[in-house]
Amino acid sequence: MSAVAAPSVYAGGASVIAVGVLLAEFGMFRQALLRDQVRLYAAQSALISVLAVLVAAARHLPELYVLGALSAGLKVVIVPVVLRRLLRGIGRDGADPDAGPGWTEIAGSGSLSLASTVLLAIAVAAFGFFAVGAMGIHSPVLPPIALSISVSVALVAFVLMIMRRDVASQAIGFLAMENGISLTALVVAAGMPLILEVAFLFDLLVAVVVFELLIRVHHGRADSLSTADLTRLRG
Amino acid sequence: MLVVVLLLLCAPFAAALVSLRAPARIAQAVTAVTGVACFGLVLALVPAASHHDLAYLSYLRIDAVSVVFLLATSFLYGAVAVYSIGYLARSRDADPGFSRYCRRFYAGLNLFAWTMLAAPMMSNLALLWIAVEVTTVLSALLVAIEDTDGAAEAAWKYILIASAGLGLALLATIFAYYAGAQVLGTHYDLSFGPLLQAGGRLPHTPVRLAFVLAVLGFGTKMGLVPVHTWLPDAHSEAPTPVSALLSGSLLAVSFYAILRYYQVAVAALGPRFPRDVLLAFGVASLLLAALYLFDQRDVKRLLAYSSVEHMGILAIGVSFGVPIALAGVLLHVLAHAAAKGNAFMGAGVLVRKFGGKRISAIGGGLDLLPWSGPLFGIAVLALCAMPPFGIFRSEFEIVQGGFAASSNAAAAVLIVLVTVAFLGLSITVNRMLLVSRADGQAAALSRGEPSTWMVVPVVAGVVALLVLGVHPPAELTGLLTRAVHQLGAAA
Repeated sequence: MSAVAAPSVYAGGASVIAVGVLLAEFGMFRQALLRDQVRLYAAQSALISVLAVLVAAARHLPELYVLGALSAGLKVVIVPVVLRRLLRGIGRDGADPDAGPGWTEIAGSGSLSLASTVLLAIAVAAFGFFAVGAMGIHSPVLPPIALSISVSVALVAFVLMIMRRDVASQAIGFLAMENGISLTALVVAAGMPLILEVAFLFDLLVAVVVFELLIRVHHGRADSLSTADLTRLRG
Repeated sequence: MLVVVLLLLCAPFAAALVSLRAPARIAQAVTAVTGVACFGLVLALVPAASHHDLAYLSYLRIDAVSVVFLLATSFLYGAVAVYSIGYLARSRDADPGFSRYCRRFYAGLNLFAWTMLAAPMMSNLALLWIAVEVTTVLSALLVAIEDTDGAAEAAWKYILIASAGLGLALLATIFAYYAGAQVLGTHYDLSFGPLLQAGGRLPHTPVRLAFVLAVLGFGTKMGLVPVHTWLPDAHSEAPTPVSALLSGSLLAVSFYAILRYYQVAVAALGPRFPRDVLLAFGVASLLLAALYLFDQRDVKRLLAYSSVEHMGILAIGVSFGVPIALAGVLLHVLAHAAAKGNAFMGAGVLVRKFGGKRISAIGGGLDLLPWSGPLFGIAVLALCAMPPFGIFRSEFEIVQGGFAASSNAAAAVLIVLVTVAFLGLSITVNRMLLVSRADGQAAALSRGEPSTWMVVPVVAGVVALLVLGVHPPAELTGLLTRAVHQLGAAA
């Protein structure tokens, strides 16, 4: 029996963080309250920022410290704050005044049962994992398994967006997908010039503000977050 | 030339700022002047870009391919800026919130045009992606501006689907960086020129992945089947000037992004793989759109599906790959912008006259609208590739290229499906223009145009279509030849 060399502490730690990002996303499937989903998103973003700092320290890429800090500031603080403000607004104007801020119930908004959705997500994640693994794209800074996981994160986010039938979860699904792409960028494009990374983050901020605006428009018209009424335009 | 480029980059932004502050009349005037001036500025770029590439300030790069797309966008920008004066005239009296609406509309329109003009000038794939992403968020707001249930629904579907698609395009950008960094070192900054020069030395798998993701991602915004689902909703629910820009310019800008990845993919992988991918998406788009054209009840959705059809034709044209087909594709971008802009602007007049978008409520347009009726008919005939208009010439070149490239089956499929689409479009439009409606409401309508401002830009569009179809100016031919050389040089 041939012995397999144990991964270094760095590679092991990085892989664990990447798996954590994927698990946070699976956690989003079962959250019944929007507030908890936002928390999970913040946790997922925090993991990616930690990974950026880890890569910066281990691979001597000082720009990644800045990226880690900016991404933490934006995705762990600002975006969740924007989303919570949105929830407070909806809690105040919503149909159920007793529910209070952030207690927007989204448990029943999946179009499949939770178990089926998770099974589907596992299948999609496995597809992404093995398909990218087979491509043999090697990262200069992180173990190749991190790339496979990052693509799985992006694909599972599509399942989240498709299966949830409320606008806020769909927006969070989009943000989770963006986290998956950030993870991919960290794996294969760690040396990308900081100015471009900052531009991407700024762009994300603009997108979040517009998402928030359109969620408000939707809530203002439909008096709920559900997309059940969005069936007028067909054919 | 740097002054021209900087003016192009600054003028629409400045117009947006003015529109936010100034009264409606000034916003209208400033937008119209800026739109027409931008077209003039792009025309001034044509002679220079026909001879050499322009590169400024390390982030701006304008070659002949860029200028073709700038021409399409700036022409429509000018046209809809003038058209909007008439389009908004009636709501001025009817709506107490008019000045607020007007501010948002003009600021949004100018910013939207600004980002679409900026995108083809970017020297860098990352900045190109950012510009396209900003067009999405701005146009989503413009789609939602009408404040109806339909507009809210269309805007939500649009921003979610297009953002998800652009997420894939961002992955494409990242893999393009990875491929470039393997050859050019980790300090590679995603500039387009060096990536193209690296060509055959780029690793194949990441380039292949980047190209497919780019076609899928930017293809979502371009309206390629099966990722086109936002398009008919957004085009039908947006205000008509915005619909015209969405269809004629925004789809073209997304196609421009795909063309850039196509150039890199051909340089790195050879022509076979990228052409096969585009052919598959193109035929699917053309097939589905041609069939959907038969069963539309909303005039703006009808035109939206016609856009899907034309985007399919563009993808198929590129897949043929020979110079004559590529020349046809680039000419098609210009002619489609003029024809589809005209069709939407004409449809806007019909909608205004008959008080709704339902095709069944529109009839006898030719009698009731002395100018817009015939002009709408001409626009639709032009869209159906009737001579002597520009689309006839461009589709003829594409088909000719198909046979020249020995893609006989694909060229035959193209001809059959374009004919099917022609039937679908012309039957419905005949009903709207020629058949008079018997009920009392239509009979009560008097003959006349709602506004001269809504006719003038359409006449300009017909002139452009005739010029493109009958005798394209030598400068334009020179520009297209150089652009074809750039697109085909890598093959």
